[in-house]
Amino acid sequence: MAAHNNKSALEVIPRDNEKIKKIWKTALILLAITAVEFLMAFTMERGLLLYFLFIALTIWKAKYIMMDFMHLGEEAKPLFYSIIVPLIFLVWLVIALVKEGTDIFMYRW
Amino acid sequence: MSTTATAIGVSSKRGIWGGGNEPLNASYGKLMMWFFLLSDIFTFAAFLITYAAIRVSYPEYAGSMDTFEGSNEYWPVPELVFDAFPFAHGMHLPLVFVGLMTFILILSSVTMVLAVEAGHRNDRKDVVKWMLWTLLGGICFLSCQAWEWSHFIHGSDGGSVLTYVNSMNEVVKETVFGANLIVNEYGPASFAQLFFFITGFHGFHVTIGVVLLFLAFYQAAVGVYERRGHYEMIEKIGLYWHFVDLVWVFVFTFFYLI
Repeated sequence: MAAHNNKSALEVIPRDNEKIKKIWKTALILLAITAVEFLMAFTMERGLLLYFLFIALTIWKAKYIMMDFMHLGEEAKPLFYSIIVPLIFLVWLVIALVKEGTDIFMYRW
Repeated sequence: MSTTATAIGVSSKRGIWGGGNEPLNASYGKLMMWFFLLSDIFTFAAFLITYAAIRVSYPEYAGSMDTFEGSNEYWPVPELVFDAFPFAHGMHLPLVFVGLMTFILILSSVTMVLAVEAGHRNDRKDVVKWMLWTLLGGICFLSCQAWEWSHFIHGSDGGSVLTYVNSMNEVVKETVFGANLIVNEYGPASFAQLFFFITGFHGFHVTIGVVLLFLAFYQAAVGVYERRGHYEMIEKIGLYWHFVDLVWVFVFTFFYLI
């Protein structure tokens, strides 16, 4: 980059409407999933099935945010995996702490 | 020249990780933002999983939804706790306000991607426009959260009659209004504690995000990035802002829906 001619403006590339349309489409999907979750909260009975569906929909939303908004999918493969793979540890944390909580429940009540 | 430059890095012995090239194909700043976000994912995950662990250690509310009353004997039903809306005093509008907050944050995330996209095209006018919308969304969200907290702390008209150990170490039975770290009218003490810590920590992230957004907006507007030759700062702050949205999606599910 020629740093000394700082007066010259960068060349502006015209809008690619396809790309912008795709961003709005992702937004619509995210809002739609949230609306569905909202609806389910009032129509379905509270229980494990509903919780499971909520968590599945949330992870689905997270996938859209990470891939389409944060462009993680377009990064180099080693970078992609160095972000995704460590999350495996969370699976163990969930199992360990929920077990712990259930045991405290048994002990206390 | 360029052929020798690539030849330095890829040694037949050490492969692409031997030095001299960029196996991750990202700038230092972007890489560090990603690893910071990874560590932040663990922090928030620890908070939310702790919520789950404490929650399953209490019995669930088993009675009818119409006669719900807060008690520290069982965990409250979130849609019966968070049912208020500004200027709609006394009305039962479950989760409407948090739903609105979620919509605001998702939309501000969308305007942020549009700013990043404009940055790729070196389009200063578009970057400034979308950064301003994102900033507005962030400030709206923070204002909503301030109202939500204030309502949670002051509580409902009726309150709940609870037996608990107060700060003087005495067992008392009295009507409790609102919430603090010792007692709250909605459920066990840890319910309010978790609410304050999780949404507070998220709100703290949003506050930092708004400050960063303002800086980036200002620098884009006065042409700092144009002189620099690229809009990568918008991209990095964008990553952070999307992360804040990502966390809220999980907080919304675990705190308000389940």
